[in-house]
Amino acid sequence: MDLSQAYSMMMTDLGATLFLLIVAVSGLVLVVFDAFKPRHVATPWIAGLALSAGFVIEMMSIGAPEGLAWYDMMRTGGSAAFVNSLVLGSGALSIILTVPYLKKIGHNIGEVYAMILFATVGMLVLGAANNLVTVFVGLETMSICLYILTGFVRSESGSTESALKYFLLGAFSTGFFLYGIALIYGATGSMEFGAIRIAAEQSAGVMFWGGVSLLLVGFLFKVSAAPFHMWTPDVYQGAPTTITGFMSTASKAAAFAALVVVLWKALPAERWADVLAVFAVITMVIGNVIALSQQNIKRMLAYSSIAHAGYVLVGLASGSQAGYSGALFYLMVYTIMNIGAFGVLALLEWDGKEGSEQTLESLAGVGYRKPFLGWTMAVFMFSLSGFPPLAGFLGKWAVFAPAIDADLVWLAIIGVLTSAVSAYYYLRVLVVFFMKPEGENSPMAEHSFDIPRSSAAVLIACVVLLVVFGVTTFALDVTSGFFAADTVTQFLG
Amino acid sequence: MTASILFFVLASVAIAAALGMLISRNPVNSALWLILNLFCVAGLYLTVNAEFIAVIQVLVYAGAIMVLFLFVIMLLNLSVLPDLKRIEWRRIIAFIMGMGLLAMLMFIVANTLDMVPDPVTLQVAAETGSATSLAKVLFTQYAMPLEVIGILLLAATIGAVVIAKKKPV
Amino acid sequence: MNLAWYWTALIAFVIVNFLLISASVLVYAERKVSGYMQNRPGPNRVGPFGFLQPFADVVKLVFKENIVPALANPFVHSLAPMMMVVIAMTAGALIPFAHNVVIADMDVSVLVLLALTSISVYGVTLAGWSSNSKYSLLGGLRSSAQMISYELSMGLSVLSVVLIASSLSLTEIVTDQAGGWGILGWNVFRNPIGAILFIVTAFAETNRAPFDLPEAEQELVGGYHTEYSGMKFGMFFLAEYVNFFIASFVIVTLFFGGYMLPFESLILAQWPALAGSIPLMIMQIGTVIIKAGFFAYVFIWVRWTLPRFKYQQLMTLGWKYLLPIALVNAMLVAVGVMIFS
Repeated sequence: MDLSQAYSMMMTDLGATLFLLIVAVSGLVLVVFDAFKPRHVATPWIAGLALSAGFVIEMMSIGAPEGLAWYDMMRTGGSAAFVNSLVLGSGALSIILTVPYLKKIGHNIGEVYAMILFATVGMLVLGAANNLVTVFVGLETMSICLYILTGFVRSESGSTESALKYFLLGAFSTGFFLYGIALIYGATGSMEFGAIRIAAEQSAGVMFWGGVSLLLVGFLFKVSAAPFHMWTPDVYQGAPTTITGFMSTASKAAAFAALVVVLWKALPAERWADVLAVFAVITMVIGNVIALSQQNIKRMLAYSSIAHAGYVLVGLASGSQAGYSGALFYLMVYTIMNIGAFGVLALLEWDGKEGSEQTLESLAGVGYRKPFLGWTMAVFMFSLSGFPPLAGFLGKWAVFAPAIDADLVWLAIIGVLTSAVSAYYYLRVLVVFFMKPEGENSPMAEHSFDIPRSSAAVLIACVVLLVVFGVTTFALDVTSGFFAADTVTQFLG
Repeated sequence: MTASILFFVLASVAIAAALGMLISRNPVNSALWLILNLFCVAGLYLTVNAEFIAVIQVLVYAGAIMVLFLFVIMLLNLSVLPDLKRIEWRRIIAFIMGMGLLAMLMFIVANTLDMVPDPVTLQVAAETGSATSLAKVLFTQYAMPLEVIGILLLAATIGAVVIAKKKPV
Repeated sequence: MNLAWYWTALIAFVIVNFLLISASVLVYAERKVSGYMQNRPGPNRVGPFGFLQPFADVVKLVFKENIVPALANPFVHSLAPMMMVVIAMTAGALIPFAHNVVIADMDVSVLVLLALTSISVYGVTLAGWSSNSKYSLLGGLRSSAQMISYELSMGLSVLSVVLIASSLSLTEIVTDQAGGWGILGWNVFRNPIGAILFIVTAFAETNRAPFDLPEAEQELVGGYHTEYSGMKFGMFFLAEYVNFFIASFVIVTLFFGGYMLPFESLILAQWPALAGSIPLMIMQIGTVIIKAGFFAYVFIWVRWTLPRFKYQQLMTLGWKYLLPIALVNAMLVAVGVMIFS
């Protein structure tokens, strides 16, 4: 291999993944900056600007044709750019929400922003991976940063406990993931998606399928699909609220995007559809049914997030191009809804324990006290339960319709039924907000607060986006252009 | 011939050490068994002429990580675990499920032994496993994952400091 | 270069015995030098000028009772001193004593050396733990903290040498220093900061004063070997002296031209017949021993000159000064290598 040529190739690749470079370098700069100017007001600005710059760059390259960079380690343009902008946008919005929240809980430390940037680097690598090595490295970078973000509020035992649980179970699932990669490599002699597909189509033995199933276990853990969801409620409840918002959206989007690409490019299509359908059913049922009985609203949203992972799995189980692109569209909608919902919760928190002990009932009547939060929350709840004309409806349509096309009618029916169940617990939030009278010694009465303008702007932006994506279909049109069959053959050729 | 004898000796010691680590009730003894296991694995690498990997195995795992392990175990003064007196149903279920997974993996390996590629000659192994050729691949083909791993390690270090700081910030 | 196995075995036998004898000589030297530094005669009763004193000490140690403390872990208690000696001796296999006179000429011998350094912590740590005594345990803990901290700077300073030689083999690092006029090709002139760093960290890694916190008598009685007696204690004693002698050899090999005679290229140009001959080999062995002897003297010299660090001073020096300097030095050397080659 000629090394001088490698140098010029590296320069080209750096240009193609400029967003990644910006985020990573600003993370490094932040670490040094924070060491000399601790808790400086510019720290979140640097982080937010880096993510926004990356977001703009990636938004502009969504229309670009799909390509490869870094010796076929990463994909650029097209669907990869879409996932990247999703992750970067989620990170930017989360940082805006995080600043006032961390000030409120007294933990506004610079390392948090550096960690968010590093976690974003991991997610970008994961979402745009074209090789199992990159998938693994991205997954681990993301996970390590998220463990730390979950547990950095050390004065709170709930936060520490959830970080420890997340870390132990996450490390365990990493073992499965790595073992799966090893078996796949042993069976196919490659870790590049296209080459795996070619080798598997020639001879896919029991070793290959064993590897794939272990790999799936690792993925399903990260997207918190049942029965690998046990960590989700505890972690979402214990983590700082805006961090939960970031974690539940960006990391899920990146992990699902990687799973979609693995299914689409690396695995022969016919075998795993039924497996995924079974997981989708279990996930939807468990998530929605257990969410019904939750008193803590963060925990309820955690179970709802499990249920949403089930809906995305329905799209994947259909195994068609429409299913994959529908899953990506759903992830985008889900990201907007959840960032908004956790943003509202972060503002409504009064217990000083990151909302981990706050019951839903204690928020009675808050819709009248803070009508802005009440109405935005109403939009997010309606969208989460899938009411038209909000984007949640279009998202569900985008994942259920391909399943029906793929003769998985029963799966779609279960999906619709469980969504109907979910309406109960989503709308209960609104009932408590608007229809229950505020109690005599309601905690909300003692905790009056102002809504920071930056947070309000983010919430309004989320509402607007939900309405826009709900009544127009241009975003759906964009995503439905991804994963076209000819690009598969192009990669395989 | 000598190589295969060496292999079986090292492999059986490695397995015995791994079992010893699991069974041992004293955390320091467990750590010592693990160290022995790591050394045996390094020896296994040596039998296939992968000198670089063998040395790195000793340097990183036995030399750095396990020293820290021992350090922490001794500093925490972990007590010896009590012997198992009671058998809980949860343990039984976990044991059965673990054994099931083990059986599945063994089945996979046993079924695919014929798929294992022919061993490369020791000459080839020594060449591809040398520091020079590894470095060439790492800094060209795998340059991007390598850099991201750098970020991963940095993030882990900073996180450890943030979480372990004496005075909560 | 592949020697027949019996030659290798013979060299190994000679080197092991050489190291054993040299340990006794170094013990004698240490006591004599410290004596002169403190204006007293030092040992002078056994044999001429007290020269047989260390041998008398060995006999005494062998005949002493071996005491294992109650509640100690007997197996680990015996294992620890053996590990110390074995690891110290193993490092001798990697040192090139003359052109082609080396037991194990590996491609990665620098890394093997670092690996041996890092696992030698176990001897001290396990000795401290297995003795079931708080002084020993504290000594063991101090030792592992210290050795891990200084290993990083040591590794980085070795890395700067590896960058210059672009090889991980000690023999190639030595031959790489043959260039330049006279002795200017030695790495100490090409990479002076690396040399100083390496010498400092070598002191810390061998637990010699001023870094001898693991056995600080005033605080920990005897540190990790408080509970050892008889020949087990003797083995720790032996390992310490072998260790710092080997460290001297490594310093010489990495930074001071190894076995090469000063001005060797000029000498060879004058008498070309000498190249590859037995007399040259003998001269090279003599050179490396004299050079290493000088650094062994430096080890003794420093021990009786400088006071011991406090614990936090040790950590500050290691993490806040040596490590950043080593990082910057490695980067500078890398840039230098890029420019000059």
